[in-house]
Order: sequence, then structure tokens, then C-alpha cells
Amino acid sequence: MSAADSTAFAGRAPIDGGRLVSTLGLLAGVGLLIVFVAAPLATIFIKSLQDDFGAYVGLANFAKYFSSAGLIQSIFNSVEIALVVTVLACLLAFGYAYALTRTCMPGRGLFRAIAMIPILAPSLLSAIALIYLFGNQGMIKGLLFGNSIYGPIGIVLGITFYVFPHVLMIMVTALSTADARLYEAAEAMGTSRWRAFWTITIPGARYGLISAGFVVFTLTITDFGVPKVIGGNFNVLATDIYKQVVGQQSFSMGAVVGLILLFPAIISFSVDRIVRRKQVAQLSARAVPYVPVPNKTRDRAFLAFCSLVAVFLIGIIGTAVFASLVTYWPYNLTLSLVHYDFNAIDPNGWASFTNSLEMAAWTAVIGTSVIFLGAYFVEKSDGLPFARGLLHMLAMIPMAVPGLVLGLAYVFFFSNPLNPLSGFYGTMAILVLSTVVHFYTVSHLSFVTALKQVDREFEAVSASLKVPAYKTMWRVHVPICLPLIIDVAIYLFLNAMTTVSAAVFLYAPDTKLASIAVLNMDDVGDQAPAAAMAIMIVLTSVCVKLVQVVATGSLLRRTSVWRRRDGH
Amino acid sequence: MNMAAKRPALAQSARLSPEPEAAESDVFLEIRDVCKRFGDFSALADISLTIERGSFVCFLGPSGCGKTTLLRSIAGLERQSSGRIVQDGRDISNLPPSQRDFGIVFQSYSLFPNLTVNANVGYGLVNQGLPKAEIAKRVQELLELVHLPTSGRKYPAALSGGEQQRVALARALAMQPGLLLLDEPLSALDAKVRVDLRHEMKDLQRRLGVTTVMVTHDQEEALALADIVVVMSKGKIEQVGTPMEVYSRPQSAFVADFVGHMNLLRGRIGADGSVRIGEQALSLDTAQVPDRASEVLVSFRPEDVVFRGLEETAENRFLGYVESIDFLGSFSRARVRVDGFEGEAFDADLSANILRDFGISEGSTLPFSLPRDRLCVYPGDERTAGGRAQPAAEAGA
Repeated sequence: MSAADSTAFAGRAPIDGGRLVSTLGLLAGVGLLIVFVAAPLATIFIKSLQDDFGAYVGLANFAKYFSSAGLIQSIFNSVEIALVVTVLACLLAFGYAYALTRTCMPGRGLFRAIAMIPILAPSLLSAIALIYLFGNQGMIKGLLFGNSIYGPIGIVLGITFYVFPHVLMIMVTALSTADARLYEAAEAMGTSRWRAFWTITIPGARYGLISAGFVVFTLTITDFGVPKVIGGNFNVLATDIYKQVVGQQSFSMGAVVGLILLFPAIISFSVDRIVRRKQVAQLSARAVPYVPVPNKTRDRAFLAFCSLVAVFLIGIIGTAVFASLVTYWPYNLTLSLVHYDFNAIDPNGWASFTNSLEMAAWTAVIGTSVIFLGAYFVEKSDGLPFARGLLHMLAMIPMAVPGLVLGLAYVFFFSNPLNPLSGFYGTMAILVLSTVVHFYTVSHLSFVTALKQVDREFEAVSASLKVPAYKTMWRVHVPICLPLIIDVAIYLFLNAMTTVSAAVFLYAPDTKLASIAVLNMDDVGDQAPAAAMAIMIVLTSVCVKLVQVVATGSLLRRTSVWRRRDGH
Repeated sequence: MNMAAKRPALAQSARLSPEPEAAESDVFLEIRDVCKRFGDFSALADISLTIERGSFVCFLGPSGCGKTTLLRSIAGLERQSSGRIVQDGRDISNLPPSQRDFGIVFQSYSLFPNLTVNANVGYGLVNQGLPKAEIAKRVQELLELVHLPTSGRKYPAALSGGEQQRVALARALAMQPGLLLLDEPLSALDAKVRVDLRHEMKDLQRRLGVTTVMVTHDQEEALALADIVVVMSKGKIEQVGTPMEVYSRPQSAFVADFVGHMNLLRGRIGADGSVRIGEQALSLDTAQVPDRASEVLVSFRPEDVVFRGLEETAENRFLGYVESIDFLGSFSRARVRVDGFEGEAFDADLSANILRDFGISEGSTLPFSLPRDRLCVYPGDERTAGGRAQPAAEAGA
């Protein structure tokens, strides 16, 4: 026995090409995420304990921060705004989601599509549109009864527009997982609809509601575009961080605000993870899906409600389109494309737009490949359980990091001349990298979920057929996941087009993005061109979405005959 | 069954074979002292086994007995904690799966859904860089072998479960492996398809002569297919033998209980060496009676209870009370109680003839005997076979 042991384990296993590739891939993935996620974030912590010259000062920055009445006020402002938006957006989205999932309201498909509009636009767009509607020369500013849109009201409305689709998606998911048998049982016992709503519907959707609440809270507190444009003198944390770093060049104070912003994001992230895990377990495989029955009064009431929300959503976009086309609001109302002549308005002109296209394309290509490979190695590689766990954990971090904080972390990390990677600073590459990292987690989780559903014995079969695992990944896993790969690529592209937060710290004059151009032009008072640029982003997003629909259809028809049951 | 019994023993437990060298020329796979531990849990405890070239061996046992772990260790998909595995004279203990020589079929078929049947079967051949024409020819031969000559251009989703498993079999054989591993290959199929494919698999294995190891929890499947059955329980080998040996001469109460239907009645060994169930004494072959144990299990199969041609003086003759009868088609299974067995009841199989001739119904009382050469005695009083619950045994406990 001992003799057998010693001979059997005297030497390491011989090298195997397939396994070598997956080991190296796994280690490369861990290395990349350490360099581009963990290390930059660590520098924020370090920076918050140093003065602007790099000397260690302990908690002095925090002390200074908390002794400044103005900065503390920002915390209260941020929390106040976030709470109001959370309540408002959750109520609206719940009603809207309820109408989509639990009623026979006509036009549900159309309403669902309308609700997704805000995703196609940068968050700045809603703020600009609100100014055209309710600003000093607003079209319908009478509706505010003398209140100013510049401040909390504007921020709340603008952010509500921007977060609406995110909340709605969570709510729709939560309300879709209903078990019809519970309602049948309630009805059999003579339970009133109202009581059934409070005892079945709400408890059934409670995890979704909690999750949605935290997501809105975090999105609101970390959004930078809306308060920057419409906030006026109403300071919030997200604008403070920008002012400290870009305005006053105080990196240390920026780091402190960044850490404070990280706080709600991490809590929200943790709650979301816990809640999601519970939600999965909630619906048993035996549940019978709930199918709503028509009810005239209810359906009409929800139609009216959803129409109101839809009018708000379309109104915002419509106003932005209108603003970009009016020659000189409010004095010359003839329509023209003069504001789209960016070369005449902004030093970067159309270059910002092409930069955005380039950045978004690279983000889609590099992001999708890297994230897919990372998920593949986490899910399918053999051995090295520690590295797989670490890679997965690192991949979860970006979701808890607001874009502003990520951007700041990149500034600290890559602008340091001692960093061998400092060559990245100010290039297109760093914009692409930061965007990939910013949206890494959602894409990673999607791929992991999809790969979990792929037969786990494919690796064993392919080893027995002497085919290295990476070849099987290319020939089998990639085609199987193709629809999702396209989805993720589009998701990354759209987010890259609209994102402001991380990029605002990282762009250089020659890599300025369209979304940053919107911000800058608005800053210097060119609101119509800013609206025009925002509309260009929306148009691009719409086109990409349309291309996706068409391309996915034909691509899948050609490459996925196997998905159909008849197989021909 | 008779066929299997006549064949020579093709595998034997290494621990039991005094001269492993004697049979060396025919040994294809040798597993020596293999252990596999997951933390504190021992999935495989000192497994030693030799498998002869060309034989069909079944690892049989309840779920969690370690049979799949052993199969995966042979394939290199699990790495054993200690011990050696030698295949065809080559020590493969530390080789990754890709450097071992085996074809494998899983319960879930594991066909690549996006590739045609042809591409699935030819998957490994393509990677070898063989000319296209040759691959096409080989693939067609393999498909004919598994009786699917015209399905090459279909996708797996268009095939039935049985057909998919045939394709998986063809794919596993495509590289002409020295060893074919089958991990519960029939478990996902309907009963009828399962039996059909079982026959075909056995036929195919005979014709190709490829050494085959199959894992199954279905004893009927194991008995029907295997040259050698390896019964496993709790990470250990309980018995190695031909299907007939395992069925008719189980070496432990576990095997007796797990393979086929077996009555296990609690008994005691008296000072004089006689065995009693309750107050009734049984006559047994003395060689059968364990030396040291005082608590024993007396076992016999339901079909071995004799009702016909009993004489007053027949050995182990008792009077039984028929408590209930389950009609099972070609025969019926009666639940029988005996006065003085202290509540121990057992099952007895009654042919339709006997039922009719003796006019037996529920509530009847009739004499029967337990021939001594059909009785087996095992030490101990543990009478559960792992995952397979024995309602009969539990009812009596």
C-alpha cells in the first residue's frame, strides 16, 4: 500500500495541452481582474488616508470632511433625494409592472417597449429635457406653481425617468413568478381580491420589491449626470466628488467622498444577492403560471395609469428631440439641424461621437470575449478550485462599485507614474477597460448561468475523444451561448454609449466621448447642441437595437437549425 | 443466466486471488488499493479489482456506493487519493483523461446539440486530422453498427432518447478505445427502449470485443448484461462474480438483499450449532453456519419456497398462513406467516398452477418447506441493502 502510494504520487501529472490552456486562462483572468478591479479600488482606500502630496495622514481627511457643514449637507441631500426617488419610482414601476403582468390591459407589448426608452439615453438627457419643459423659459413651467426645477424637484424627476426601466424589469420578474393555484385556493375560500393582493401578491413579490428598492436607491445616490445638469446649488455626493477632483484637484477628499458613495452601493449589492438567492427558491417546479382574466374596470384604470407614465417617458424624449431641432428656443421656433453641426459648436465636434462609437465597439468586442472566457473558466475548468472561486468573487465586485468611484480609482491607479501601466492613462484603452469593468458583473452572471445549463460532461467526452477543452468551447459552448453572447455585446455597447460616470474622470481631449460632450456643452450653456448630441446617442442605440433584432433573427436561423425540434 | 454461469470467471477480486501473475496475460485493467476521500468521507475504500480483456463488467450498487466514483477514477475524471490503476500494462494513475484510452457514454447522452449526428460521431476523428472521406466512411460504419444508418444529418434534438444514446455509443467507439465506460447509460430511457438497447449493447460489445465497464443501480440490467458483476456498497466491493454466482451464492447479506428479491429472517444460533427462527429450529448444512456469531440472518429467495410434493418428513417443513397475495402476472407473491417465527413473515412465489391446484387464497393455511441447500445464513442482524428499501424486512422488524 505505501509502496504503491509512493510510486503513484512520486511525480506530477504529465502536461496536457487542454488543461494547460484552461489553467493559464484562469490565472490570466484572475490577474486581469486583480489589476483592473482590486488594485485600483485599493488605491482609493490608500488615497483617502493620504494628503494630496501622498503623505500618510490617518483619518484626517475624514475628519476634515465631516467638519465641513457643506459637505455633510450633501449627504443629507443625497439620502433625501434617494429616498424620494425610491418611493416614487417603486410605486410607479410596481403599478406599471402589475399592469403588464397581472391585467388584460390592451397594448401591453407596446407599453413594455416604451418603458425601455430611458435605457437608450444618457441620464443627462432627461435633465436637459426637464429644463426645456420646466426651466426658466420652460414650455409648461406653470405646472410647478412657482417652484424651481433647478434643484431637488428636477433631480427627482430626472432620475426617476432614468431608473424607471431598471426598476420595472425587476418588478416584472417578481410579479411574473406567481402561482395560480394560490389564487384559486383564495377564491375557493371566498377571499376578497383586495385581501388576496395583500396576502398573496405582495408577499410573493416581496423579494423583488426589496431588491428593486435597493437598486433604485443606489442608482440614485451614485448618479452624476442629472444633478450635474439640473441640480443648481443643490449639492449631492455625486457632484461633490466631481467638484473635489475636477474642480479643486483634491484627490484625497475625492477619495473620501468615493468611499462614502461606496457604502450604500455595497449594502445594496449585498441585500440584492441575498434576496435573489431566496427568490430562486420561491417558485417550485410544480407551480401553475398565473394567467390574468379580463376585468373591464381594472384594465381601463391601469390603461389610464400606464398611459400617463408613458406620456411622461415619451414626453421627455420628445422634448429633447424638439429642443435639438428648434433653431433658437424660445425666440425662433423654426426647425433646423443647426445644433447638429457639432464641428461648429464644440472643439471636438463630431469626433466625440465617433470616439463613442469606437469605444462602444471595442467595449462590446473585448468585453464580451473576456467576460465569456472568464465565466467559462470559472464554470468549466478542471481543478484549481481556489482560483475559480477567486475569479468569480473578483467578477462580482464591479456591481458594488459606482461608476464615479471606479473612474476615480482608475485615475489614482493609472495616473501614478510609478505604475508600469500608466501608459494607459488618457488613452482610448482605459476608457474601454473601465467600461468593461463597470458592466462586468451583470454580463459575467448571465454567462455563468447559461454555461451552468450546458451539459457538464462535455469536457469529459471531449477529453475521451482527445479533443482539447478549448476546441470544444469554441465548437460547442460558443454556438450554444450565441444568443446570449449577442445580448451581452449589445448590452455593453449601449452602456458604453450612454455612460458618463467613470469616463468623466478618464477622458483626454482626443478621446472625449459623446456623453461627455453632452455634459460639457450643457456646462457652457449650449443646451440645444447638448440635446442634439444626446439624441445622436439615442438614435445610435435604437439603430443598434434594431440591427440586433434583425441580425439575431437571421443569424440564429442560419446557425441554429439545431435549436428546432425537427432538426432540419 | 445459464449462459453466463457457464462462462469462465473473467474478473476476480485481487484480494481473493492468490496468484495474480498467473492470469496476467489476459488482465486488461488492474485497480490496486484505490482510495478516494472527500474530506472525512471515504467514497472508495481500498478498492482492488482486475478486469480481463474483452469482458463486460458491471459495477452494481445503490446510489452513493462509490460505483460512479470508481468509474470516473478509471477515466481520470476524478483523481484517486491513493492507489494505482494500470490499463493494458500502462500505469495511468496520474494521467489526465485526454491521455488515457477510453470511450465514455453518460446517462444524459451528452451529445453536442449544435452538431449533427455525423459531426458528433466524427468529433474526435476530425481533430485527428484524418481525410474527410475517411472520416465520413468511418462515421457511416459506426452509425450502421448502432442501427442508425440514415440519421447522420439530423441534429440530436430530432432524435428520441434511445436514438441519442446510440449516437453517444457510436461516438464513444469512434476512436476505437481499448476500454468502453458506460455511466448509467440506460437509466434515462423508457422501460421498453431500455430492454431493446440493452440487448443491442451486449451484442455490440460481443462483436467488437471491447473491454467494457458499466455502472448501474439496476440489478436486472447488471445480471442481464454483465460477464462479471461487481457489487459495491459504501465504497467497498461486496462481491465479484458472474451474474449466476452473485444471484445464487451471495457472499453477504447486503448482496443477498440487493440482488434479486430475498427474504431475510432474524435468527439465533443455539449452543448446539442449530439455527432457530423464534421457537422453530431449522436444519442447515453445517458448513453454512458462521462460527462466532450468535445473531444471524437466514435468507432464501421467494421462488425457493417449496409447496409441491411435500412429505410429512420433509426437512424444514412448516405450516404457513397466507396473509396476503399480490398478483404479479405470471406468478403471485404471497406474504406468509409461520406460527413460532415470532412475527417474522416472508414472501413466497406461487405459480398460477399452484394457486389453482391448491386453491390458495388470502387466509389459507398450507404446508411448505425450505430446502436446506437453498438457505443461506449471514452473521449480524442488519438487513437493509442501502438505498433499496425492503418492505418485507421492515414490516417484520
